[in-house]
Amino acid sequence: MSHGNMNLTLKVWRQKDAKAKGQLVTYPLTDISPDMSFLEMFDVLNEQLINKGEEPIAFDHDCREGICGMCSMFINGQPHGPKRGVTTCQLHMRSFKNGDTIVVEPWRAAAFPVIKDLTVDRTAFDRIIAKGGFISVNTGNAQDANNIPIPKPDADAAFNAAACIGCGACVATCKNSSAMLFVSAKISQLALLPQGQVERVARAKNMVAQMDAEGFGNCSNTGACEIECPKGISLENIARMNREYYMANIKE
Amino acid sequence: MSKLDSKIPEGPLEQKWEKYKSSVPLVNPANKRSLEIIVVGSGLAGASAASTLAEMGYKVKVFCFQDSARRAHSIAAQGGINAAKNYQNDGDSTYRLFYDTIKGGDYRAREANVYRLASVSANIIDQCVASGVPLAREYGGMLSNRSFGGTQVQRTFYAAGQTGQQLLLGAYSGLQRQVGLGTVEMCARHEMLDVVVIDGKARGIIARDLISGKLERHFGHAVLLCTGGYGNVFYLSTNAMGSNVTAAWKAHKKGAFFGNPCFTQIHPTCIPVSGDHQSKLTLMSESLRNDGRIWVPKKQGDTRKPNEIPEEERDYYLERRYPAFGNLVPRDVASRAAKERCDAGYGVGASKMAVYLDYKAAIDRYGKTQAKKLGVENPTAAQLREFGKQVVEEKYGNLFEMYEQITGENPYEVPMRIYPAVHYTMGGLWVDYNLMTTVPGMYALGEANFSDHGANRLGASALMQGLADGYFVIPMTIGAYLSKEIGVKPISTDHEAFVNAEKEVQATIDKFLSIKGSKSVDSFHKRLGKIMWDKCGMARNEKGLKEAIAEIRALREEFWRDVRVPGTNNELNPELEKAGRVADFIELGELMCMDALNRSESCGGHFREESQTEEGEALRKDDEFSYVAAWENKGNHTYELHKEELKFEAIKIAARSYK
Amino acid sequence: MSTATSPKFLQSSLGKKLVMGLTGLFLISFLVVHATLNSFIFFNDGGLIFNEGAKFMAENPIIRAMEYVLFLGLILHCLQALFLTLQNNKARPVKYAVNNGNANSKWYSRSMGLLGTLLLIFLIVHLANFWVKSRFTGLPGHDANGNENLYLVMQEAFSNLWLVVLYALAQISLAYHLMHGFQSAFQTLGWNHPKYTPVIKSIGFWFSIVISLVFAAMPIAMYAGLVK
Repeated sequence: MSHGNMNLTLKVWRQKDAKAKGQLVTYPLTDISPDMSFLEMFDVLNEQLINKGEEPIAFDHDCREGICGMCSMFINGQPHGPKRGVTTCQLHMRSFKNGDTIVVEPWRAAAFPVIKDLTVDRTAFDRIIAKGGFISVNTGNAQDANNIPIPKPDADAAFNAAACIGCGACVATCKNSSAMLFVSAKISQLALLPQGQVERVARAKNMVAQMDAEGFGNCSNTGACEIECPKGISLENIARMNREYYMANIKE
Repeated sequence: MSKLDSKIPEGPLEQKWEKYKSSVPLVNPANKRSLEIIVVGSGLAGASAASTLAEMGYKVKVFCFQDSARRAHSIAAQGGINAAKNYQNDGDSTYRLFYDTIKGGDYRAREANVYRLASVSANIIDQCVASGVPLAREYGGMLSNRSFGGTQVQRTFYAAGQTGQQLLLGAYSGLQRQVGLGTVEMCARHEMLDVVVIDGKARGIIARDLISGKLERHFGHAVLLCTGGYGNVFYLSTNAMGSNVTAAWKAHKKGAFFGNPCFTQIHPTCIPVSGDHQSKLTLMSESLRNDGRIWVPKKQGDTRKPNEIPEEERDYYLERRYPAFGNLVPRDVASRAAKERCDAGYGVGASKMAVYLDYKAAIDRYGKTQAKKLGVENPTAAQLREFGKQVVEEKYGNLFEMYEQITGENPYEVPMRIYPAVHYTMGGLWVDYNLMTTVPGMYALGEANFSDHGANRLGASALMQGLADGYFVIPMTIGAYLSKEIGVKPISTDHEAFVNAEKEVQATIDKFLSIKGSKSVDSFHKRLGKIMWDKCGMARNEKGLKEAIAEIRALREEFWRDVRVPGTNNELNPELEKAGRVADFIELGELMCMDALNRSESCGGHFREESQTEEGEALRKDDEFSYVAAWENKGNHTYELHKEELKFEAIKIAARSYK
Repeated sequence: MSTATSPKFLQSSLGKKLVMGLTGLFLISFLVVHATLNSFIFFNDGGLIFNEGAKFMAENPIIRAMEYVLFLGLILHCLQALFLTLQNNKARPVKYAVNNGNANSKWYSRSMGLLGTLLLIFLIVHLANFWVKSRFTGLPGHDANGNENLYLVMQEAFSNLWLVVLYALAQISLAYHLMHGFQSAFQTLGWNHPKYTPVIKSIGFWFSIVISLVFAAMPIAMYAGLVK
């Protein structure tokens, strides 16, 4: 084993398909470099499984630079693992110690059913966006971009809300599997911009209705989502969504 | 030559697109409802095309292999998007953007396409802002611009270091709106595995539902491939793990010519490889070169720590070689210079395949101005450093943080180590002015086509092209084709062409699963990547390319004999997905080497060692190679070269110089 | 966009949340009144002022009406909480094998249901001790001013050590319940602002401590004979 490398014990959730009953399976791993990303460690494990004639572990991942939002592992009781502000693909093994046992589970929520092993179905998020997470402007209808001056603080606040990558860590970590941080980030982004005003009422109502219909839980303001969000989306957004929704119901 | 008709409209350059738009045949609204369009890929090009076509009234189906349209790799673009708005009043214009793009592409792009790109660039910004994309603003509420990639004007719009994310989410929200309205059917976790061609026209695709493994047949009056680039042929690249050439390659095998496959962009500022486990490379925005200084030790194999190497023993090789542009030379030039130093034994870090990007000078300089600004008199060295760090943190904080996360080193204290990495492929499916490939009814948009960037893409132009193609070009040009298709009733997917295509796809899948060899798909991919990087990477020569072709052929043979694909077809099986992609990459790799071998000039990202000046700069050969190399697949791994000659009417060709 | 699909406001997740927040704040306001009045025992005058206050509360028609509102609020708060908890449990049918909640939130924020249940149990005992007696079964005699002597009931009750311990422990539940509930109610109402939220949080924190200490001080003081 080269200097600084680690031996680890992995306990990984294995589940053949959506209907199968799953279980945690233990895999010992040796000689893991601290410079590897968490997913690269899974690559190593999968390569070993393939060589042994076993089935590799299915997990979602794509960009591996922390922006696409596809990776999704619940690591030792936290979404995207112990490090703050990063996704699993950006978590490096130097965050762990030689001899550690690491438990890896899929996101758990009725609205995010397991597809296989660590892969879950997050299309509920897409359906919520389809109900109002947009501005209804057809291509070709736009006026000159600088005709709508936007105060920098508003533009920055909208950007901060728009930084959401839709990974679902907020749902995964919430004791109630609530999706309010995700939904509020989109509602906030558009509520903060002048372009978003026209559809403000309908947006808040429709997106919240779809969120409820998907079977996410309710928010009890524990604040876990904000802490675990890899992009630092603030709880202020949930408060803003609440206001938007109340006002929408008062108006219509 | 006769096979390639670029269909460039007549008339002066500035009027071509305007005249085209007013004369292109239209499809009336009632007919649009009965015309079906398949869009493969949901990145900037795919999402913007799909939503716009659906708004116009067409029936659209969108396919992506990710779990959501929002994950497409356009999302990872950091720097910005160019547009000739001239908001900064610095003399920018459509012509200047056009000129910079042609020159940046080393005169290997088509004038008419590039001019159109430049002229719709301003509309893109309008459209994105209208749809709620929070681009950066000044305090007065106006949009902010920055300079990017060695241009002399500030025309790059941005949203912090996440421009691609914000633009993609904007396009995605427009797409989801159409999904909600029922005009777009979204098929996520589906991978296109073949195009169905009936009577010479593209009429649909075969897609695999990645969850159930089921093969599906989908009919369309037209098929749009918006499937991105093929940088992953190098195994290590800045592309997403799933980015692949399969859709484009299947189209190529069904008759679409492949344009300039060897044109690859190597980005100079990436985090170097840390070990054999490396699965991908992370780009750090080019904007870091605005303030950072790049150097290597003057002594070969110097093992001292960077901060122990005195100033006079450092070689700031870009500033030395290119005094005019210094650290801001274009990507291809900067990348090659880094490779040259490392190959000559001056590389740094454990692997010796890296150079330093140093912020010490910038921190010192900013420290002084900041102290002045704050009115601190006689600041101590520690204070100056602290002030400087604050300014640098404000400008580049997120990038520095990312570097530290990945490497575990603090870039405020120790110079960053960087090395070039494969980033973008200028080559792609050959398309005409309408973005149609050589198969009627099949289009290629965005990075998947070859059209706008020539031999080298300028920074902040990829996002521009993807959205130009999707929002503004295809919605117009597709009418030229579909207006003649209104009489065509949807073809049943029981048609024998569908049945046969599905059978072929099934046979390939069965073959993968039946080989039961001894080596994993990734192991082949890594070997392919190494051949490509070593012999068809930043510098290429005849001998190496010939070797590479032989090695790739041997690798292909071994792959089909000895690959191990576990699992079955009827389930989520990432290894099976990868097997299909790597099989196509192996074939593409061979063609890239053939193309690179054929083009014995140096231009843009393509550097042939045989074609350089005495000072080691790239030497273009316009007399021989002023053409687009479009390769026709003749089956059985043979290819025929067709040439589309490039005519420059508005621009006078000149040698690129950044000295 | 049309809004045809929106469910009734009170059936929505956000509507229910608002009910929790509003009833919570209302119950907090009751705690303030209750604590203030009961603090009259600290005049240490043999309960004369305290009984005066109790009389006012028992006879004032507005207060009487508010008593119904209070019970309604309490019941709503409890039922809604029960309903939400059931729904939340359903939202995660398979639990995590390992869940490190302490890494991202306070244990009491995640235990509002438990803390609330403890408070409810306490409340039943508490109502049986005092409210049932004063409303229905009658109080034992009058004080020197001729007011009904609720003070005496208190003294009797808090001569029982077990009851004193129960009351003191219940205040710990109350403190933690409020520590989350106070600031959470403001967040629910949509009052989150970088400038004011830290103030609300700190007011909430100190309020929870002080009000619980005041309540706990009463039985303890009586048992210890500090208040006669």
